Amino acid sequence: MAQIGSFALLLALGLSAYSFGAGLLALFGRNAASARLGETARRAGIATFVIVVLASFVLVSAAFADDFSIAYIYHHSNRDLPAAYKFAVLWSGQEGSLLFWSLLLAGYGFVLRLRYKTDQRLFAYASVIIAAVQVFFLLILTFAAHPFAIEQGGVPADGTGLNPLLQYPEMVIHPPMLYLGYVGFTIPFAFALGALIMHYPGEKWIHITRRWTMVTWCFLTVGIFLGAHWAYAVLGWGGYWGWDPVENASLMPWLTGTAFLHSVIMQEKRGMLKVWNMVLVFATFLLAMLGTFLTRSGIISSVHAFAQSSIGTWFIVFIALTTAVCAYFLVKNLSNLKSEHKLESLVSRESSFLFNNLLLLVVCFTVLWGTFFPILSEWVQGHKVTVGPPFFNRVAVPVALLLMLLTAVGPLLAWRKTSVESLKRNFLYPTLGSIAVGLMMVLFGVKPWEDPSYFYAVVAAILSALVIFTVVSEFLRGGRVIAGKSGQNIFAAMLQLCRRNTRRYGGYIVHFGVALVIIGILGQPFNKEVEKEMAFGDKISIGPYTLVCQSYTQDDNPNYANEWAIINVFRGGKQITTMYPERRFYKASGQPQTLPRIYPSFREDLFLVHDLYLVYEGKNETNGRPIIKAHVNPLVPWIWIGLIIMVFGTIVALVPNYLPVVVAATVPVRETAHAGAGD
Amino acid sequence: MRFSLPLSFRAVRSRSKAARTRKESAFAGAARRVLQALILTAAVFLFVGAGPSTDARFKDLGHRMMCTCGCGQVLLECNHVGCKSSDKMRDELMAALDKGDNDDLILQGFVQEYGPTVIAAPTATGFNKVAWIMPFVALAAGIIFVTWVVRAWKNRPEPALADGITIPQGHELDQFRAQARKETEQ
Repeated sequence: MAQIGSFALLLALGLSAYSFGAGLLALFGRNAASARLGETARRAGIATFVIVVLASFVLVSAAFADDFSIAYIYHHSNRDLPAAYKFAVLWSGQEGSLLFWSLLLAGYGFVLRLRYKTDQRLFAYASVIIAAVQVFFLLILTFAAHPFAIEQGGVPADGTGLNPLLQYPEMVIHPPMLYLGYVGFTIPFAFALGALIMHYPGEKWIHITRRWTMVTWCFLTVGIFLGAHWAYAVLGWGGYWGWDPVENASLMPWLTGTAFLHSVIMQEKRGMLKVWNMVLVFATFLLAMLGTFLTRSGIISSVHAFAQSSIGTWFIVFIALTTAVCAYFLVKNLSNLKSEHKLESLVSRESSFLFNNLLLLVVCFTVLWGTFFPILSEWVQGHKVTVGPPFFNRVAVPVALLLMLLTAVGPLLAWRKTSVESLKRNFLYPTLGSIAVGLMMVLFGVKPWEDPSYFYAVVAAILSALVIFTVVSEFLRGGRVIAGKSGQNIFAAMLQLCRRNTRRYGGYIVHFGVALVIIGILGQPFNKEVEKEMAFGDKISIGPYTLVCQSYTQDDNPNYANEWAIINVFRGGKQITTMYPERRFYKASGQPQTLPRIYPSFREDLFLVHDLYLVYEGKNETNGRPIIKAHVNPLVPWIWIGLIIMVFGTIVALVPNYLPVVVAATVPVRETAHAGAGD
Repeated sequence: MRFSLPLSFRAVRSRSKAARTRKESAFAGAARRVLQALILTAAVFLFVGAGPSTDARFKDLGHRMMCTCGCGQVLLECNHVGCKSSDKMRDELMAALDKGDNDDLILQGFVQEYGPTVIAAPTATGFNKVAWIMPFVALAAGIIFVTWVVRAWKNRPEPALADGITIPQGHELDQFRAQARKETEQ
């Protein structure tokens, strides 16, 4: 098996190198021979996909066949590992996840190469750039992180098992989502660089990549949130985001990708920000690579990172080379990227996009700076310092709140210029409503003067409410216009409105989801927790709940032995549920693992929902008594609901418009000028 | 105390000073007062507060230090049962608070015992100040840059269109906007 896998990787390397070399040569010529050469390069790219699929299939088959002669399988699987996790072995370790990266890239390249007739020349450039990235990953897989390396010293009887933290259903989905996001940004990058090199006129490359970028962004978003949910549901500390370097690594390309999704509208609508969009696409791709480097080089310690290895040097060289190539072509082609329009007013959609981009980039810089500062400190001061949650919360949160303000304000500003009258018309009620939300929080006992975190919570609530109210008011205003003209009811009219301009209203839905996520996060300062040794019949009181320990029980299977606490949950004197926080001991790896249980209070509290979160932490070493830790985490469920709405909004934005927007005009007005027009 | 308005408000004020109606000016004035009130409230909320209790100090200091067991968690969030590091550190923290040491002294004691990486965020001393300053420098530089770009774009001449089409400006453009709004919103 190992030989088949190794050969497949070598063959894939050869094919992708051919795809790159022949494709590059073909780009220089304009004759029939060049066209034929280009076609062979395209087919070699398609064949690369087939061969990388074969290599991946071999590795997964080896996991299912318990082939511990392959070192990777020995270190990441064992005989009693459930089938779903054996499949997940592919992305559970350094070498396998690099193969998975390569597989996804080959998959994206496969789709791109099949759709080459859309624009043969531009697709040929993009194909060559993707082949170059593919060559890089296959070189690493072949020479530095070989997934089919043979285990030294004979074939072991059993593997050392998969990391217990990864033996959770979400771990089967989270990494593929994240990788689909990371790898997917190679596509807009390839098109952007290709368009730059070939002096491609117009915004066609943006139109071609718009859906790719949105899908990729959606995958990355889902990946990040699934990671957060996994941390919440598995790690047992009651939180979902710890500003760990690897979490930060996934956040950075998301931030620049989000900035790109916004600024690209400026280029499409107004022919502006052409250089900036190039920079953002390049930065997003490079940050995705940097994230991959961070998790694999061992340069920064993290609970998520793979083992320290030598492949960091490969990534540094690749990132430096790519940066140099991008910078060279960007500078060389600056004259082709001039803006087509002037800006009329500071109070306009254009400037809101500019400031939105600025704030996203500042948050991104803060995250990058904080992630790398320990290394910088070591160079300068001779010792590392920790840059943990207090730093990021203090620096990034205020900027993120400003960003929320722009999320609320930006979509309601008109292109070109916004009149004071339209500002008043669009913002009066949403502003009053959001201030009322803040006042209600204070009335219900939140004292923002007591603690900065309460202050931020109130501000975040006001701004989230502002976003929600402005989005709702936009739907209502547009819906009323259509309802007035067509006689439909308001909901049907809003649906039609959405179908007429899916991108704009899909975007609003995404903003709505973001507001819900922020609402979920702002509950954090109000978390409660109690830790107690609990024998049979012992009680814990926390928030509105009384927890009574009914019993403890044990079980055993080939993969792990486990213990459950059986906790009856009472609220208002009535039992509402029974929870079973669990503790496992994985036999192959010899590692313990806690599995919290979470009870979201939807049935009891509709809007002010919270999670009751129980962790069976183990036994007191001195007296052998079980320890239960209970948390009440207000509003957290809104984070996951917000994610679902964000994904729904992205899907809406991806759907083509049902009806074209027709604007009656007797004069050549090029943009609809009323507030909120356009995307 | 006088607060200067953000550029967006200033630009609105200076651009259309002559043509603005009294109603609009009242709105801008109200917006300015609301903004001032918000900034003042924020300043008061941020800087005024009562002295924290021992529990609050324990919670605060426990969130300003890291557990040293290698879990990468903030001290009070390390959930490893029997973790030798976090249990001991929590006891030490509580003992220091009971002794009446101030926050700086307590943190200093932990740094001496566990090294500088025990503090969860860079201190505001020496080179570590750079960690705190740089994001705000980036923000300020970004604002200056974006403002410069916006001004440069505003002062750029409108590109000419083919076929003799002229782009309406000023009052004429406002009329077209009003017409577009009427046709799309009525």
